[in-house]
Amino acid sequence: MENPYLPSPVRIEEIITETTDGALKTFKLVFLKPEDEKRFRYLPGQFAEISVAGKGEVPIGIATSPTEEGFLKFTINKVGLVTTHLHNMHPGEIIGVRGPLGKSYPWDWFEGKNLVIIGGGFAFTTLRSSIVYVLHPDNRDRFGDLTVIYGARHPGLLLYKEELAAWEQRSDINMHITVDATDDPDWKYNVGFVPTITKEKAPSSENAYAIVCGPPIMIKFTLPILTELGFPPERVIMSLEMRMKCGIGMCGRCNIGTEYVCKDGPVFTLAQLNQMPNEY
Amino acid sequence: MSEVIIPKDELASFVGRLLESYEVFAPVARGGMYLFERISAADEADLSYKNTRLSPKGAFLPQSERMFEFTVAPGKEESGILKEAPKEFRERVLLGLRPCDAQAFKLVDVNFITKEYTDPWWARRREKAILVGLGCNEPRSTCFCTSTGGGPFSEKGLDVLLYDLGESFLARAVTEKGEQIVSFCSGKAPGESLKSKARELEAAARAKIRKSLPVDKLKEKDLLELFNGKFWEKIEFACINCGTCTFVCPTCWCFDIQDEVYKNDGDRLRNWDSCMFPIFTLHGSGHNPRAQKVQRVRQRFMHKLKYYVDKYGNGVACVGCGRCVVSCPVNIDIRRVMEVMTAEVCEREE
Repeated sequence: MENPYLPSPVRIEEIITETTDGALKTFKLVFLKPEDEKRFRYLPGQFAEISVAGKGEVPIGIATSPTEEGFLKFTINKVGLVTTHLHNMHPGEIIGVRGPLGKSYPWDWFEGKNLVIIGGGFAFTTLRSSIVYVLHPDNRDRFGDLTVIYGARHPGLLLYKEELAAWEQRSDINMHITVDATDDPDWKYNVGFVPTITKEKAPSSENAYAIVCGPPIMIKFTLPILTELGFPPERVIMSLEMRMKCGIGMCGRCNIGTEYVCKDGPVFTLAQLNQMPNEY
Repeated sequence: MSEVIIPKDELASFVGRLLESYEVFAPVARGGMYLFERISAADEADLSYKNTRLSPKGAFLPQSERMFEFTVAPGKEESGILKEAPKEFRERVLLGLRPCDAQAFKLVDVNFITKEYTDPWWARRREKAILVGLGCNEPRSTCFCTSTGGGPFSEKGLDVLLYDLGESFLARAVTEKGEQIVSFCSGKAPGESLKSKARELEAAARAKIRKSLPVDKLKEKDLLELFNGKFWEKIEFACINCGTCTFVCPTCWCFDIQDEVYKNDGDRLRNWDSCMFPIFTLHGSGHNPRAQKVQRVRQRFMHKLKYYVDKYGNGVACVGCGRCVVSCPVNIDIRRVMEVMTAEVCEREE
């Protein structure tokens, strides 16, 4: 019997400090056993439990795209016991990965549609996975226009800065990078909150889906703008966070009404969320 | 299915024979209460009990269980790699559990055995278990199993059902596994007079459960209307969030996972947890979707009486054992909550 609680051992290959405050680091992980790597088949939007023996587990969105083979990346915010320990680890050390868990973004719904990806702060990880996935030559033709609005409080807090700059140069993606404020005279992108920039850039809702992922305050002010732009709640896709333990719908803590965020989510449409108790 | 008579003076030898082939769990008297525990001697089992303080769920979901073990010794190749904690999965008999508790296991199965994932420990123990129930001649004043799809002599989830006829037990095999157990009894088949005595006991016991609750109405109720009902504030008012109700409940399955390390050796453990505790849902960021007591009390009742009903189409996640009613230090009564939730018009404002 396969044990869904058993993490697969992985080696930390590389640790990249993403933000100037040092609170976010990206961990590049390589499976010790090829059969574990083969079994780990995922799509953007899914997450995994990162396991540190003696410390515990944390649910983290997968930042790599399945088109990037041979490794996984997780961008982890330093918050509690497990993540603080992770931040003090070094390449070569062994940890565990359990997953993939949860439902991905609904990629079959997105076929032939335009995508508007809106992200804020460190919630950009599974959005980065999605962008890399869509831009891959094997996939690019499956989807229409790709628009990305991504903001952070200041330039130092943006994740994946080199990739952002490279995407800015491409013609098959409309990038709108923004920061809440900056005194950097060389800053060449937008300044303003994500909802404001969304309103200003006004991506068309025609034949389009919006994926929104960010802090509650950003979501609160972005949703009315998407409504103004004509996105019906069925075409607004969101990803939720919850305290989790098992990640497989058994330990009982991450439910919103009848739905377990770990297994039935973490991806829900706004239409679904509107039918669920407001308890998240 | 076969029926045999076990004279009470032969019970110990019957249990003794079971102990030779199985792990046996039974009600035992401990410190002024009854608990359902693994026994090592036949005379430990005491079938004269009304019900155990804790449900027998610990036989399948131990209160604390080692999941994995590991070493964190620096420099060792296996350091940091988890492996399954060694466990024995012998065939086990749960002897003399109440029918409500057997029904509870079936309700909990849908959580641990799903189409996507199987909890290996729950599933293996369930598979290897034989459930020998003991019908209730004297239901307690807090029992309401007849409202929740069971009854004092319900066979749901059981392999054998025992009737306490005074001088003897009548044992009826309900399943093939049950036949195996009945074959351990040396007794004779019951005559017509004992059979009719069993039927009378059953009817008398049913009649003693007066409370009839409108449980079926719960599925027609609108989930959000119940969730947003004003009545939760009255229900939660006295609650002190002690978690006793979840602890004693046979259908409460929530658990926590924790690592513990001593020197270089560590275990990953799972322990019973409770939705009554704020930390159950506390995010790393400090945000808590169920920070208030009223939210946690609502969660417990909504989960049992609405979320479960809607998610599995399997009735309520309550078997009417009455343990939470008996044990609640502030007299919160799930029967009253059911009545409020199924009232024609949800109470909105006082």
